[in-house]
Amino acid sequence: MISFTLWDLARNLGLAARWTLLLSALAFSGGGLFGLALLALRYWGSGRATRAIKIYVEVLQGTPLLMQLFLVFFGLPLLGIDVSALLASAVALTLYASAYLTEIWRGCVDAVPRGQWQASASLGLGYFHQMRYVILPQALRIAVPPTVGFLVQLVKSTALTSIVGFNELTKTGEILTNATFEPFRVYGVVALIYFALCYPLTSCSRALERRLRIAG
Amino acid sequence: MGYQLDFGALVQYSGLFLEGAAVTLGLTAAAATLGLALSIGGAATLRSKLAWARGLVAAYVELIRNTPFIVQMFFVFFGLPSLGLRMTAIEAAVLAMTINLTAYAIEIVRAGIEAVPRGQREAGLALGVRPALVFCFVILPQALANVYPALVSQIIITMLESAVVSQIAVTDLTHVADLIQSRNFRPFETYLVVTVIYLVLTVILRRLFARSGRGLFAGRAP
Repeated sequence: MISFTLWDLARNLGLAARWTLLLSALAFSGGGLFGLALLALRYWGSGRATRAIKIYVEVLQGTPLLMQLFLVFFGLPLLGIDVSALLASAVALTLYASAYLTEIWRGCVDAVPRGQWQASASLGLGYFHQMRYVILPQALRIAVPPTVGFLVQLVKSTALTSIVGFNELTKTGEILTNATFEPFRVYGVVALIYFALCYPLTSCSRALERRLRIAG
Repeated sequence: MGYQLDFGALVQYSGLFLEGAAVTLGLTAAAATLGLALSIGGAATLRSKLAWARGLVAAYVELIRNTPFIVQMFFVFFGLPSLGLRMTAIEAAVLAMTINLTAYAIEIVRAGIEAVPRGQREAGLALGVRPALVFCFVILPQALANVYPALVSQIIITMLESAVVSQIAVTDLTHVADLIQSRNFRPFETYLVVTVIYLVLTVILRRLFARSGRGLFAGRAP
């Protein structure tokens, strides 16, 4: 048994939190780009593409993230790709984020009133220009609060990657617990760090939503 | 690159898969029942006149909603015993799931209550009904009807998140998969089958809840 002062705990966990942040950033940017591509496909693609995306979203939202993580972690090596815990985690979380983000953004595009489509069509704008100059600017404004809200969910989801052995905040908490036999203190600090990461995002999302309601 | 997928070896474990699914559903049912009851209490507290009680519930909701479920579970299972609260893995899992679900459900039920027109409460009070009874029999049924779909989604999310309880050795569906893949060394096939089982459970639960919702709230939901 090794004794850690509270400061030692906080410092080590704080350093580990950088990996949580890195993974969140990777998953959010990857998921955002992929989700955007899916969104484009959904609106410009054929009926079959739309259906396929629907099923994709349904499957990823209807199964545990832990299973998706395991499937990527054990599935990629079958394809001959050597995966590290970071790569597997980033891939799984990217897929997970893309499903949620594409669904959130679709809702935002659909939330733009139909009259906007009709008005812009009557001005002679084509589909692309309607999207570019009329629909997307309005959809974007609605999309920011739920997207920030999803970011909170994503940061929390990175905790699952500790199970496939990625050494982020939760995993470091486990290791420190095994060294100090003080789970109460260690997991308390871990929870506080997650809270410190997520709470600002939550309140930011809420404030944006309130502003939107006043402006809207 | 000669890996052949082989699902045949999993057939012999179908009994285990069923047992695991039953445990997952049982945990979810327990957490959903407890969580719904507690969240109604919590949402009612948010409307009470006691500022400290409102603050307490709000702080609880924020704390739980901004930390990961797995950390909450580890805290309950590994952390609480050092305060003298010992429990089995299943109890810890149900407790953690309930704590988690309650926080989200409080927000949902609160939104449902806020959506009930003020006139409903005033009409009830004008008829001389006691405020507590107005809440139970006038406000609450309408509030729950308003947010029934959101509550169902949250219960299903709880079921999916419960995959993590395998980490404290609760023999749920995921734990069964862990066990089987350690015996047959075919993790991909095993986890794929379990993923499909989770998906089927999700679809069935959603259908069941939708059907019972139509019966429960017939003519009430807006």
